Amino acid sequence: MCLAVPGKVESIFEADEMTMGTVNFGGVVKEVCLVLLPEIQVGDYAVVHAGFAISRIDEASAEETLRTFQALEHPTDPRS
Amino acid sequence: MKHLTEYRDGETAKRLAGEIARQVTRPWAIMEVCGGQTHSIIRNGIDQILPDQIEMIHGPGCPVCVTPLEVIDKALAIAARPDVIFCSFGDMLRVPGSEGDLFKVKAAGGDVRVVYCPLDAVKIARENPDREVVLLAIGFETTAPANAMAVKVAHDQHVDNFSALVSHVLVPPAIRAIMESPGNRVAGFLAAGHVCAVTGYSHYRPLCDQYQVPIVITGFEPLDVLDGIRRCIIQLESGTAELENAYPRVVTEQGNVAAQVLLEEVFETIDRNWRGIGAIAQSGWRLRDAYRSFDAEIKFDVSAIATRESTLCRAGDVLKGAIKPNQCEAFGKQCTPRTPLGATMVSGEGACAAYYNYGRLVPLEAPDVQAASAKVAEQA
Amino acid sequence: MADDSTSNTPRDHGDKTIEFSGLVCPVPLQDYPNIILGHGGGGKLSADLVQHVFLPAFQNDHLAVLGDSAVFQLAGVQLAGQRLAMSTDSYVVRPLFFPGGSIGDLVVNGTVNDLAMSGATPLYLTAAFILEEGFPIAQLKRIADAMGAAARRAGVAIISGDTKVVERGHGDGCYINTAGVGIVPDGIDIAPNHTRPGDVVILSGTLGDHGMAIMSVREGLEFDAEIRSDSAPLADMVAGIIQVCPDVHTLRDPTRGGLSASLNEIAAASGCGIVIDETRLPIHPTVQSACEILGFDPLLVANEGKLVCMVPAESADAVLNAIRSDKHGSGAAIIGRVVADHPGVVVAKTAIGASRVVVAPIGEQLPRIC
Repeated sequence: MCLAVPGKVESIFEADEMTMGTVNFGGVVKEVCLVLLPEIQVGDYAVVHAGFAISRIDEASAEETLRTFQALEHPTDPRS
Repeated sequence: MKHLTEYRDGETAKRLAGEIARQVTRPWAIMEVCGGQTHSIIRNGIDQILPDQIEMIHGPGCPVCVTPLEVIDKALAIAARPDVIFCSFGDMLRVPGSEGDLFKVKAAGGDVRVVYCPLDAVKIARENPDREVVLLAIGFETTAPANAMAVKVAHDQHVDNFSALVSHVLVPPAIRAIMESPGNRVAGFLAAGHVCAVTGYSHYRPLCDQYQVPIVITGFEPLDVLDGIRRCIIQLESGTAELENAYPRVVTEQGNVAAQVLLEEVFETIDRNWRGIGAIAQSGWRLRDAYRSFDAEIKFDVSAIATRESTLCRAGDVLKGAIKPNQCEAFGKQCTPRTPLGATMVSGEGACAAYYNYGRLVPLEAPDVQAASAKVAEQA
Repeated sequence: MADDSTSNTPRDHGDKTIEFSGLVCPVPLQDYPNIILGHGGGGKLSADLVQHVFLPAFQNDHLAVLGDSAVFQLAGVQLAGQRLAMSTDSYVVRPLFFPGGSIGDLVVNGTVNDLAMSGATPLYLTAAFILEEGFPIAQLKRIADAMGAAARRAGVAIISGDTKVVERGHGDGCYINTAGVGIVPDGIDIAPNHTRPGDVVILSGTLGDHGMAIMSVREGLEFDAEIRSDSAPLADMVAGIIQVCPDVHTLRDPTRGGLSASLNEIAAASGCGIVIDETRLPIHPTVQSACEILGFDPLLVANEGKLVCMVPAESADAVLNAIRSDKHGSGAAIIGRVVADHPGVVVAKTAIGASRVVVAPIGEQLPRIC
């Protein structure tokens, strides 16, 4: 459920009394409704679902998660 | 893509699987609640690299799968009207009602359109003032704010030819229903990361406490799913039953407050039927009275449509983890992705379709479907 | 895992294994009494129409091969061992103009490529237009100019045509059919059922460019991206392949239904299994991103200037080099192998070292939210 994709907010503007923005998803730029993320800034990454940004990505947490993965031992044989 | 590809690395996936194998000492059944996670597991073959002791049970978190037959029938009835432009997410077009699907309605002349964003349906309504525009507003908590916003915009801007056929469902009551179902085997849950991005997660703690079950909020990429399983196994092996957030880059404890305010304003909680499972108390949302004039069910007077599910289909048992898809009598016979009896065969994320599409080489009695197909590929 | 794999193939399970053939559409056309859009999607529904409506009505040996084009000799006409290839295709693309091309490019390159996939040198095309009342002649002229330019690039001549006009509301602006003939050199015999276990699978470049270029300008989905249709004629590339590997077994251009449809068709026609390595699939990062957003599988997205070929292992490097030296083949890669196991089934090895079955698409891909 809930296909949501991370993208970088490139601009924020008002249209039809609604806060909108352009979000760059790895080279694909789409207009997205930002009204649910009033604190979002240009340059932030947001998770977008069904045309709405629903969550700001916390870069520090992302880095920490990746560091946790890197700290894991190298595999032997998972089934042994 | 940043924040996506980093979580797909094959070598790190093997390390996580190795860590899981080191932790596990006995069999555990873990349910990934969300269909997106099921999709990720099947598409990447995640359960093939897990130790044999771990069984992944595919949960009811695919909104396409659990939308009840009678809602589909209501959608078909409304979409067939000549005065209606019927807007739906692409996923729902092939979901079978009692008499065909939205594709069939479209082929018979119905104006059925795929929308990417619910606001697009409001835009279509503005551009077609002489037509009625109806949005099929399905989904879990993740999709609900987008649908709620569409209704609110239509309300505030007096786009009165817009309405929504609402069938929203909620994750926590489903977890409760699974834990209370007789013969439940689920020992731990991966909760749906994007649902929690909207709702936050403090309301999951009582579930951990009441049922003594670990719940790990989990993302969707292979490394995220494996990390969720790893944390769940560590808890199970050590006998704890806590709420953990394995997706902190996206999910915070309080969630998206603006979305929650919007949901509270537009929706109220009601009992909902889940396709294949049955009624779950207080498990869904409908429009509040202030927005009732935008309720397509009332506007088009389809409340009387009540439909019974196929008696052959055991989607409910599949969704509850009681049986594997290929243990259903109709699986692969009366029921295929081409001729689905239940929605678990329709959606690409449905457990039955996933088994059919990705696990067709599977010995009927083997519990680990993907491992078998891996062995086939390896031999090759 | 490797240790017990030898004793645990489906075959060894005998009657405990789900009977694969029993799962494939035993009762055809029962699901839809009327044509739905998916019947034109190049997937299982399209195959149904061919199997259950057209093949029984038209039955003959040429059609039964189910190639992209038919290859035959004219009775009593001596062509010094050469045979004719003939093919036809209709084009209903929307919008008519898209990044990287227009329907004018598609109608020429598409039919040229269908001919080329049988090893033919394309020579002549016909063009038939079905125009909707009210369609701007200026647009028709743009399309015709594009067709003329594409024909010159592909080295073919458009030598016959037809125009019909339907009432407003009975068409979608402009539909075009093209048919083409070409000549297959002596000794060349390329067909899906010539694929053999041990063959190497080579893809001539990135996947999904055309389909996602169309999506980027599809009403309601619009997005900005540097994605251009890959529409291109492939006859020169095929000539290059044949030069280094005259016994190339199978060629296919993965158009509607994407690589998945092509590989599944080849697997079914040859009775072989196919294993591809997902990490080796060339996919433009922007195309991949667009697929992520819409929930599409790049394996199912259309291409208009790519081919996939099955060649004997000993010729693989030579063929790969031949394709790479063509101007439309710089991104070519070896993506997999043909195997004797799991006949008729395509399996992909995933990035995490597991595998999945690659299923043929049923109908059209639609944007997903879940």
